[in-house]
Amino acid sequence: MGACTMGMLRVLPFVLLMSVSALAQSPTYGVGRTPSAEEIRAWDISIGPTGEELPTGRGTAKEGAQVYRAKGCAGCHGATGIGGTSPILKSKAGPDVELWARGRILPLRSPFATTVWDYINRAMPLNREGTLTADEVYALTAFLLYINDVIPEDEILDAQSLPKVKMPIGDRYASLPEWKPRTPRLKGYPY
Amino acid sequence: MGSKRPARREFLKSGAALAGGFTLGAAAPALGQTPASPAMIKGDKDQIAYGDRSRFVTSVRIPHGGRPSPDAFGLVFHVATPLQDSVGMITPSSLHFVGTTRGSFIPDIDPREHRLMIHGMVDRPLTFTMEDLKRLPSVTRLHFIECAGNRSSRRATTVQETHGMTSCAEWTGVLLSVLLKECGLKGGASWFVAEGSEEVKGASSIPLAKAMDDCLVAYGMNGEAVRPQQGFPLRLMVPGFEGIFHSKYLRRIKVVDRYYMNYNDYGHLDQEPKVAALGFQIGPKSVITFPSGAQQLPGRGFYEISGLAWSGGGAIKKVEVSTDGGKRWNNAEIKGTAYRMAHTRFSYMWNWDGQETELQSRCTDEIGQVQPSRAQVAKYWNKPLDPSFSVPGLDNTIQPWRVASDGSVHNGNA
Repeated sequence: MGACTMGMLRVLPFVLLMSVSALAQSPTYGVGRTPSAEEIRAWDISIGPTGEELPTGRGTAKEGAQVYRAKGCAGCHGATGIGGTSPILKSKAGPDVELWARGRILPLRSPFATTVWDYINRAMPLNREGTLTADEVYALTAFLLYINDVIPEDEILDAQSLPKVKMPIGDRYASLPEWKPRTPRLKGYPY
Repeated sequence: MGSKRPARREFLKSGAALAGGFTLGAAAPALGQTPASPAMIKGDKDQIAYGDRSRFVTSVRIPHGGRPSPDAFGLVFHVATPLQDSVGMITPSSLHFVGTTRGSFIPDIDPREHRLMIHGMVDRPLTFTMEDLKRLPSVTRLHFIECAGNRSSRRATTVQETHGMTSCAEWTGVLLSVLLKECGLKGGASWFVAEGSEEVKGASSIPLAKAMDDCLVAYGMNGEAVRPQQGFPLRLMVPGFEGIFHSKYLRRIKVVDRYYMNYNDYGHLDQEPKVAALGFQIGPKSVITFPSGAQQLPGRGFYEISGLAWSGGGAIKKVEVSTDGGKRWNNAEIKGTAYRMAHTRFSYMWNWDGQETELQSRCTDEIGQVQPSRAQVAKYWNKPLDPSFSVPGLDNTIQPWRVASDGSVHNGNA
């Protein structure tokens, strides 16, 4: 788990104890409809760091390379993930360069491989969002992680293995300080 | 009182003479006793249904950040508000800035089909129609929204270029805390994910403490429905937070127990803890909108210096103006009520002596945060103060405007 979540988890229970006890009661207005479990599954496209929402399916980088060509990804992102008009998907700098200096590249810098899966699934390809199958999303995710030297070419990604992918950033990113109302964000800053 | 009367009468007389001179000059020889009438705007159906401003008022938004907006495909990119022409604290909906992360087509949503689902760590997941939401107790609040990338630069000329990615509107809707209480929060919940229904379904993690404090699910903006460019039919307001959190076309809220590392969240990560700490909540900020860059003062004499101040920390408590490049600071007048996380209009009465000088403003908010200068911030980060110094995190530094002796106004950061 990333360093950013730990600070929050330590402090928030106190905030929540106060509010939750008051909240665990019956609804006040009775407005709104209860969605079915199936409806929630269909609407819920968030894939969090644990990957608990991931659907069944599987894919490898080799399959992903084919999907990348077939779905026209190269049209915007370049044949190798570099050189298109859209965000580059592969670092131009090699692994000898410090990670934070290698550019803001999703499959390289995100602390969780789930972020890559989530974004391809919800937002790609442009104007045809939501048309990729789960297998295709697994395959594309594997392809992007492979071209950034995060996983080997033959690694099979599925709901179990994807959340376990070790991303190069590890926990080398700044923790987010707890937010409190009516409080300056950074002590000692000249404001 | 009595001694003031003649002065007032003098003023009225000269004012009447001025007004008379105006209309008479444009009219045929006046034979009667009333000034000639101006040209007419003929009534037409559209103008009766939804009126336009005068054709003589031409203030418009401009693309911001170097990309055309719209582009050849109809994609909309950043668009900045003409703050140099603004009066009062409300930005007209038509002039409210637009920020889009990767450029977007504006979704054309039928509000009868739109739903908001709240689920995750709640006792009772619920789906709301727009009609449902309008049945619930509402609040109406003034709030600014500012893009995190709203910063002055050496290349900028006008206040629209330096500060135009902030706007302020009156928002109406249901407090998110009301909806979450209706669903019942489960123990251990600490964050929520807000998601839009546009093509990329942009999603952000937001602290649950903020939801319970003052987040607002807004369907109204400036007395009518939220505009499509602003998230019709439903926009999440996260008062005082960076613009990106104010999710447009809100379709889903998922209550979770951790920072969910959505695409937007990963984009927010930083290596430096202090830079990360400066994210989310916007610092105290102000800018003089008149006189501002590229405007022209006709000559020495009296001017009301006017500007806007705002802070993510709460209400603006104090605004100060310097007319000598920051040597002396004078209290400005706050116009009307300073609302929490809202643009606040200030003014300072100034007699310009015709000499070159520099105008600055700085504000203090209700929790005592004072807007810093670039020099203070550079010192904090241990960086040399030169024009290329880029303020880390959100740039809320003081904007200097240089008034040349010919009355032209220039960006003091240039």
